[in-house]
Parts: sequence; C-alpha cells; structure tokens
Amino acid sequence: MSEITLVQAVNDGLRTIMREDDSVLVMGEDVGPKGGVFLATEGLTEEFGEERCFDTPLSEDGIVGVGVGLAMNGMKPVCEIQFQDFIYPAFDQIVSEAAKMRYRSGGQYTVPMVIRTPYGGGIRGGLYHSQSAEAYFAHTPGLKVVVPSTPHDAKGLLIASINDPDPVMFLEPKASYRAFRQEVPEGMYEVDLSTVREVTPGEDCVVFCYGAMVPVCERAAGRLKESRGAGVRVVDLRTLLPLDEDAVLAAARDCGRVVVVHEAPRFCGYGGEISALIAENAVESLEAPIKRVTGFDTPFPNTLENYYMPDTRRVLDAVEEVLDF
Amino acid sequence: MSDTLQIIDPQGRKVGRVPRIKREVLKRMYRAMVQTRAFDERCMKLQRTGSIAFSIPNKGVEATSAGAAAALDPASDWITPHYRDFAMLFYHGISIAGMFDNMYGNRDDNAVGRQMPVHFSFREPMPMLSISSPLGTQIPHAVGVAMAMKKRQEQGVVLTSFGDGSTSTGGFHAGMNFAGVYGAPVVFLCQNNQWAISCPSEKQTASASYAVKGEAYGVPGVRVDGNDVLAVYRAVSEAVKRARAGEGPTLIEALTFRMGGHSTSDDPTRYVEDSLVQEWEKRDPLTRFRAFLIEEGHLKEDEAERIEQEAAAEMNKAAKQAAAKPRPGLETIFTDVYADVPPHLATQKEACIAHHSARDEDVNEEGEFPL
Repeated sequence: MSEITLVQAVNDGLRTIMREDDSVLVMGEDVGPKGGVFLATEGLTEEFGEERCFDTPLSEDGIVGVGVGLAMNGMKPVCEIQFQDFIYPAFDQIVSEAAKMRYRSGGQYTVPMVIRTPYGGGIRGGLYHSQSAEAYFAHTPGLKVVVPSTPHDAKGLLIASINDPDPVMFLEPKASYRAFRQEVPEGMYEVDLSTVREVTPGEDCVVFCYGAMVPVCERAAGRLKESRGAGVRVVDLRTLLPLDEDAVLAAARDCGRVVVVHEAPRFCGYGGEISALIAENAVESLEAPIKRVTGFDTPFPNTLENYYMPDTRRVLDAVEEVLDF
Repeated sequence: MSDTLQIIDPQGRKVGRVPRIKREVLKRMYRAMVQTRAFDERCMKLQRTGSIAFSIPNKGVEATSAGAAAALDPASDWITPHYRDFAMLFYHGISIAGMFDNMYGNRDDNAVGRQMPVHFSFREPMPMLSISSPLGTQIPHAVGVAMAMKKRQEQGVVLTSFGDGSTSTGGFHAGMNFAGVYGAPVVFLCQNNQWAISCPSEKQTASASYAVKGEAYGVPGVRVDGNDVLAVYRAVSEAVKRARAGEGPTLIEALTFRMGGHSTSDDPTRYVEDSLVQEWEKRDPLTRFRAFLIEEGHLKEDEAERIEQEAAAEMNKAAKQAAAKPRPGLETIFTDVYADVPPHLATQKEACIAHHSARDEDVNEEGEFPL
C-alpha cells in the first residue's frame, strides 16, 4: 500500500494491467515519452515500448476510430483524449460506431475499449479545458460511463473498465488529479462497475454526486453535521451508465430528502435523470422537492470559474433548504 | 484516362498485360458479378412490390468489388466495406440466404433486424465488418484492425472500400493519415462511381483525381479503370503484396459509374443526364468481362447463360425463404446492447413484452424511407 494521487493511481492502474495483459495498448496525443500532459501515462512507453504505448497524430476521430478497429481485432486499446473538450470530433466514432457495433452486428463484432479523458473545471482552463460532457455519453446506449472520485476507485474502476467487454468512457476529474492522496493497494484489483459508494452516512438528506464534486459535498456534509447535527448521506455514483438504480432509490427512500450535484450545466444534465428516477419510483418517500446544484446553462467561464462550479457553500445552502422545507 | 490502368477495353479486348490468374478464379469473379446484378434485379422487384423496404443498386460497379475481393486471402484478411460492394460478398461465398435474411430483417438476420437492408455483417468465411450508414467511419477501423495484425506480426491485410463522397469525410483523412504514419497494411479502395447521391465528383473535390490525395499522406496512389475487373485485380493484388511485405498502405481509385440510383428510393433521372448513362452503358463491366472470357476461351456462351440463370434462380429461392421467416422476437430489442443485459434494460424489456402481450391490436408499421 502506498499513498498516491488520483492521477498516479490512473498511471498505476494502466501499468498494472499492461503487465498482466499484452493486448492492452495506450494511445493518444503526447501519451508516449512525454507521459501525457497530466503525466497519467508517465513511464509507460519506457517500460512497455512504443508498440504498447504510443503517440498518435493530433486527431481525436482518428484515435477513437483506429481504437475501434484495434478493439475489434483482439486488442484492448485505452485511448486518451487530452481534454474532454476536444472529444467532439470523435463523437461519431464513439456514438455511432463503438457504442453500436455489438448491437448492429448481432454480437459478431465487439469493441472492448476504454476512452480516458480528463473533464471538469478547476484549473483555469476556460471554455475549452473545463467542460463536463458526461450527459452526452450517458444518453448513448451501448456505452458505459465511469467517473472515479478517489485514487482507490480510479485504479480499480480503470482496471474493471479495461477488462469490460464493452466500450467505456472513463472520465477523470482533473481538479482531483493531485488534490489529495490516498492509500491504494498494489497489484490488480477491480471496483465493480455499476455500484455506488456511500461516502458519509446519514438519514436526513442524501446528496448524489460524482467526480470532483464528491469532496465538495463531503465537506458540506461535515459542516452540516457540525452546525446542526444533520446526517447527510453523500453517495458517489461512480458509474453513471449503467446506474445502480436500486441503490439510488434505496438511499432516496431512506433519507426522504434529495440533492443532486454536478458541475455540468443543469438543463438535460445527469441530475435530471436522477431526479426523474426518484420522482417516478419513490415520490411517496419524499419529504421535500428534489434540489439540483449544478453549473449554469452557459458555456464555462474562465475568470469567474469558481462562481460557475458548485462549491461547498452552494451545496450547503441547497441541503439546508431541503432540510428546512 | 492515360494514367489509368486498363487491361480489358470496353469491347472486351486485351489492351494490357493480363495478370496470371487461374481460370477458376476468373470464372468466380464473373459469377460474383453476375450474382450481384441478379441480386440487384431481384431486390429492385422486391422493393417495388413492397416486399422489402430498401436496397442499394450495384449496377455498374461490380468489377471494382469483384476484382478487389479476388486479391484477398480469406484466411488472413479483413474487409471493412461500404454499402455498395456486394460482389465482394458473393466472391467470397457469403451465404446468399444470410444476405436475404438481412434484406428482410428476419429472425435469422445476423444483424437481428436492427439495421436497414444491405447493412450486412458477416464473420464467415472471412470478416466483412458490419456496415454503417454514416460515411467513412469504416476507414479508421481498417487501420486499427491492420495495426493489430501488424503488432501480432500476422500476415493479414485489410481492404477498406468507400465511395468518392467519403473522401471528403474526416474518417478518410484520419484513416489515411494514421495508416501512413504507422505503415499499416491497408488497401484503401475508393470506388469513384462519380456520384454521392446527387452530388457529382466536380462538386466533391477540386483535386485532379482521388488517387492523388494519397500523396499528402505519404501513401502511393493508383488509378484504375474500375469497370475492368482485371485492372482492379492487378492493382489491388500489387497493393496487397506491398502491404504483406511490410511496405505500408496504398490508395487505389477505381473509376467507375453508378448506373442506377443511389438507392431504390432515389430517382437519378432528376440529376443525371441520360446521355451520360448511355455512354457508360457501353462500358458495362459485365458485358466487357463476358466478351473477354469468351474471346480468350475461358467461358462458353452456354456456360455464361447457365451462370446467369443459376444466379437468378438462387436469388429467387433465397428471397422466398427469407420472406417466409418470422421476425426477431421482441426481446432482441434489448440484447447485444452490452455483453450482459443490465438491470435497467431488463426492466424495460419486461415492460415492453408485457405491454405488447396485453394489447390486441398490432403496432402501426407504416413508414417509407426517403433517401
């Protein structure tokens, strides 16, 4: 066991599975000798050679399109898209090809690939280095969408994603890359896809969140415990698709008060799905309206990014409003 | 067409060096072309009588597909095709019953009735990748499949085919660029049939040719008479040989002409001059190859006629059999989305089946495809 950051855990996960499985490849812009702009792939070319970890031309549709071909022919490519903001040229390959190949070929061709990409704000990256685009992908049958929030989960979820027989969007909260350290087991382990993680216990209100919003919500829960003795259960969703719906509904029923938090814009955001799921199935357990704390329905601003992203204060206000309803 | 490779002229006369090909291979190419045209004719009738919804006419482009297919080794190679390459399937002995199962989207369709007709997907006797409607997406796939072969030090080659319109897509650019950079064993076959639905080549590109586009990617480009099956065979064979020898990809432009509409829903008389069609009818790839084979003593008239009759009969038989099969079960809406059916899909499946078991009227199945 060693204490490492989330980005180091991603690196550890890649290195661990590449040692076990020769078919795992890492490809993307600057992932080779440079080790990626966030150093997630540092040292992999050195250890595994350019056949296993290689730089690609600057072409997101090429990275994913070629990755789909590799995956259909026996490889397990892990494609890095340098920033999620740059993923849109690959949208067709992700949505029309990777996601639909198994379905449209009756299972004759499958795409066991992972697309890793840093998402979200917090690095002063402005419009094009800060987006949270998870809802586009969570709306696409055939994809799995995974968002780790801790180093332990990052490694275990990444290994599970690479071993998964279907295409996985692995969205890494870049604000959390180096924000904190955690003990992470050495060697292979998996964290199941489609299970949530209870971050803090509580019965008074449940806060559903993922990625970089998890520590924000955790802090808010701690302060509410202190200020008014409220038990706020923070639930890290971890896998947005397929979602562990039973766990979400069970938590909503237990607590009766629900807040959903994400950085992405609100309209048609992932929080809408969580809210609808609860409203359709557990409305009788609710003691207050469901509240969402999200980014605004605007592009992502640069100078004022801290006013755009939900912070502890905004989460706290929303939970108090729900508690006091 | 001075820089365009030609071996048989439109009258079926030898004008170039004939590659060494066994007689049975020549006949197999011919049969595949005849079968393609018979398939076309059968599907046109089936569509006009409302039996199937849609098809893609291949009339005029059969030589490009058959010649290219014959240059491949089914034991090691892959094809990532576009949707106007039926002669490739016939050449390699893809199940005709399986093709018609797809046309009807019935229970036995490999694509389980999920795709429109002609979006074939076969694994045997060789991989012919599931066809997509978005254009050019199969081009980078070919490069990835080929890179996997190269990494495992296999001898395989991937042939990817696409129309002239697809050279304008990002997929073409990405695929050519990656293949050039990594030296991937890929043959890029551009079936320049001169029309992207109604858009003519002169509005598709300002390039002098499509073959010349290879130069910018460091990929050699070759132009052949796409209505000359032997010229296509030779160009693709040479490209395959280069790829197998580790010398990287080749771009081949096969100049041909789409003698029918884009699809059964399209009326090409709205945008193609009749005189142009008449001009290209004189260069029909099928009559040209037939004349050559008879002239060279590879085929007799009565044998040629028998091949045509057999092709028509086997299409009729396969179509009837496919038409008689039931549709896929409702549960197939929900399978193959993932390797396993996740809980939310299991719930939706149960609800869907329960709903339709309980109602006594059929779902409205009307719908007409416009393109």
